[in-house]
Amino acid sequence: MAEEVKKEAPKLFKVTIDNITIEVPPGTSILNAARQIGGEVAPPAMCYYSKLQGSGGKCRTCLVEVAAGSTADPRPMPKLVASCRTNVMDGMIVKNITSEKVIDARNGVVEFLLLNHPLDCPICDQAGECHLQDLSYEHGKESTRYEFSRRTFEKHDLGPYIQLHMTRCILCYRCVFTADQISKKRVHGVLDRGDHAEIATYIEKSLDNDFIGNVIDVCPVGALTDKTFRFKNRVWFTKPVDAHRDCPKCSGKVQLWMRGKEVFRVTARKDEWGEVKDWICNDCRFEKKDTADWTIEGPSHVSRHSVISQGHYEKLEKPNETLVKVLDGRAPKLLMDIHSVSEVNKPTVKLSAIEGPAHSDDFNTAK
Amino acid sequence: MGRKVLLDKAHIEGIRYYDVYRKNGGYAAVEKALKMDPAAVVEEVKKSGLRGRGGAGFPTGMKWSFIAKPEGVPRHLVCNADESEPGTFKDRYLMEFIPHLLIEGLIVSSWALGSNNTYIYIRGEYAWIVDILEQAITEAKNNGWLGKNIMNTGFDCEIHVQRGAGAYICGEETALIESLEGKRGNPRIKPPFPAVKGVWDRPTVVNNVETLAAVVPIINLGGEEYAKIGVGKSTGTKLISACGNIKKPGVYEIDMTISVEEFIYSDEYCGGIPNGKKLKACIPGGSSVPILPANLLLKTAKGEQRMMTYESLSDGGFATGSMMGSGGFIVFDEDQCVVRHTYTLARFYRHESCGQCSPCREGTGWMEKILKNIEYGSGKMSDIDLLWDIQRRIEGNTICPLGDAAAWPVAAAIRHFRDEFEWHVNNPEESQRRNYGLAHYADERQVVVG
Repeated sequence: MAEEVKKEAPKLFKVTIDNITIEVPPGTSILNAARQIGGEVAPPAMCYYSKLQGSGGKCRTCLVEVAAGSTADPRPMPKLVASCRTNVMDGMIVKNITSEKVIDARNGVVEFLLLNHPLDCPICDQAGECHLQDLSYEHGKESTRYEFSRRTFEKHDLGPYIQLHMTRCILCYRCVFTADQISKKRVHGVLDRGDHAEIATYIEKSLDNDFIGNVIDVCPVGALTDKTFRFKNRVWFTKPVDAHRDCPKCSGKVQLWMRGKEVFRVTARKDEWGEVKDWICNDCRFEKKDTADWTIEGPSHVSRHSVISQGHYEKLEKPNETLVKVLDGRAPKLLMDIHSVSEVNKPTVKLSAIEGPAHSDDFNTAK
Repeated sequence: MGRKVLLDKAHIEGIRYYDVYRKNGGYAAVEKALKMDPAAVVEEVKKSGLRGRGGAGFPTGMKWSFIAKPEGVPRHLVCNADESEPGTFKDRYLMEFIPHLLIEGLIVSSWALGSNNTYIYIRGEYAWIVDILEQAITEAKNNGWLGKNIMNTGFDCEIHVQRGAGAYICGEETALIESLEGKRGNPRIKPPFPAVKGVWDRPTVVNNVETLAAVVPIINLGGEEYAKIGVGKSTGTKLISACGNIKKPGVYEIDMTISVEEFIYSDEYCGGIPNGKKLKACIPGGSSVPILPANLLLKTAKGEQRMMTYESLSDGGFATGSMMGSGGFIVFDEDQCVVRHTYTLARFYRHESCGQCSPCREGTGWMEKILKNIEYGSGKMSDIDLLWDIQRRIEGNTICPLGDAAAWPVAAAIRHFRDEFEWHVNNPEESQRRNYGLAHYADERQVVVG
């Protein structure tokens, strides 16, 4: 009897987000449940990264209102909660874009995030694929109420490949978690506290680890940039292409950012939430900048909402052939294919042997 | 004369040392408690109605009963001695003068919670108190109150003292736990709560120094007897660290039956306002609770006498009330400038924000800059509304209560002293020369003691 119970699928929790009800397994966060619904219901996330343990809860952009805690305890939660770090309960009712409180708080968070952000998008390599840019377009205001000088930092080279532009950082801690979880020894972290906290290495060390290049991919803004790509091109002028190679260190599945035959940049492939699918190694990312290094699979899918989709064609669609239908199922004969189709043209007839202009009788060999 | 149960022996010569403390009835609570069942000790604390003395006022017995008890996983008790709230210095007094009271309370509480390794996380600036506590722990150990097999009950307990490194945020319980583990003191995201996953992911209870010290009289007197002190749900005694414009600043033990007026003006406590000045405002519970003008401080909005109890001080919510908080009682006379005071607090919170979550990290800095402008004569009228908007968007949207603590003083200052802010904006030059003064905040009926 007990075994039978075990075999049953775990009870699913019913959760209603913005009046849409779905069933998710217990232990799912509100954010991930909302992502299953997709679209606008999914709250934006600047610091949460599903592949990184312990991430999330910091940026406060994913705040949602819990109108009812669960069926067992239908009281609403007193404060807005970070959806990335709050798990669903059975019968929970969540309001995201349907709650004015949430929209107001989110606007506030975006204002706070942009307070000390330099907004140097025109010269920032991340522009076009920047999560903060997207968020500001959705929730930001057209002007700032901040009248003071913004916090600035010196740029730092973290080794030969990565440059840290701390001024743009929003302290999401993603790079710290990445280094912690995919490299053996983390050499960078957050120094100082408050609004003068900064991402830094311990005494100007360089980040050298085979996988450390991934911190560039997880960075939601342009704080960590690829030195092999800096100022080379705008991302929306390049064309993302899926490619792979046999890599002894990583899966070798990457995205090439090309212009013509030239590979400008190599990144990991990302899913629809902008999260890396497979971590890639530094060799693939920084050293293999030749088309010959890669087996190209084809153009990557780019969301049509992204600026990168401008001038980017994933495939050519040929118009449907309707001739057969029109001809009642008979295949059309190609008129120009005279050697095989035409009755007038017979290879057996030597045209040069005919004296004067040819006449149909000349071809009527049956005679 | 109010009843004292914590500091009643603090004046005895040499009470800091074990022999004198023991002679004066010390460690009787340990003797009594270790003969009881741990659950019975928790029950006594529940009966006593003791509320956390660190600021939030959560019932201690209830907190203790929440602790998870999985098999084979050690549990921990952590004493929060990271007393960094501006205006609060009650724990310092207690630890410095009767350290054995805390040690005794810790042993009893460790027994109740089943903690074999108990930690005191003390703020780094209290460097000399670390020595006092270490000394007291050594004495207790030498006399068999700590270590292996205490009083032949088979209960082992060690107390470790850990120094902080100078961060206010490490007084928040989860940041304290992170710091205790040797990490950066960033508050954790709850849930899981420390009662389930605390120090090294083990069930943990974090309590304030005064709370744990209060366990000693609870055991000695019995929970029900202790609950008879005080009024309603504010049972027992509370240490109040009074400072500011009063004649006798210092740490007072009150039994929560006296009124705020009596506390400020009676000679037994603060002794009134010096130099013939009048009372302007007061922060009754440490820097993060809302400031109250004199008229709302002495009487509630309903016209009742405001008492020094948890309920009475928070009567009227944040609109017309405040909080008991940690008992940092800061009194302002008519010469104090509320704008300057708010700016000073904003500067403090900006400096102490851990920088983890964006509203607090960016918002505290923004508020400080605006307040600086207003204070130094370059403020605009729209800045006041802007401040209100910023604090509203910080409050409740952060990971830990530091965001709220930074927002409340600003909100309360604007709520009650808006005309003083406006005066600063309208009279930028005059505001540099003199203070706004008393205006209409003063309580007309108050006794002016010369």
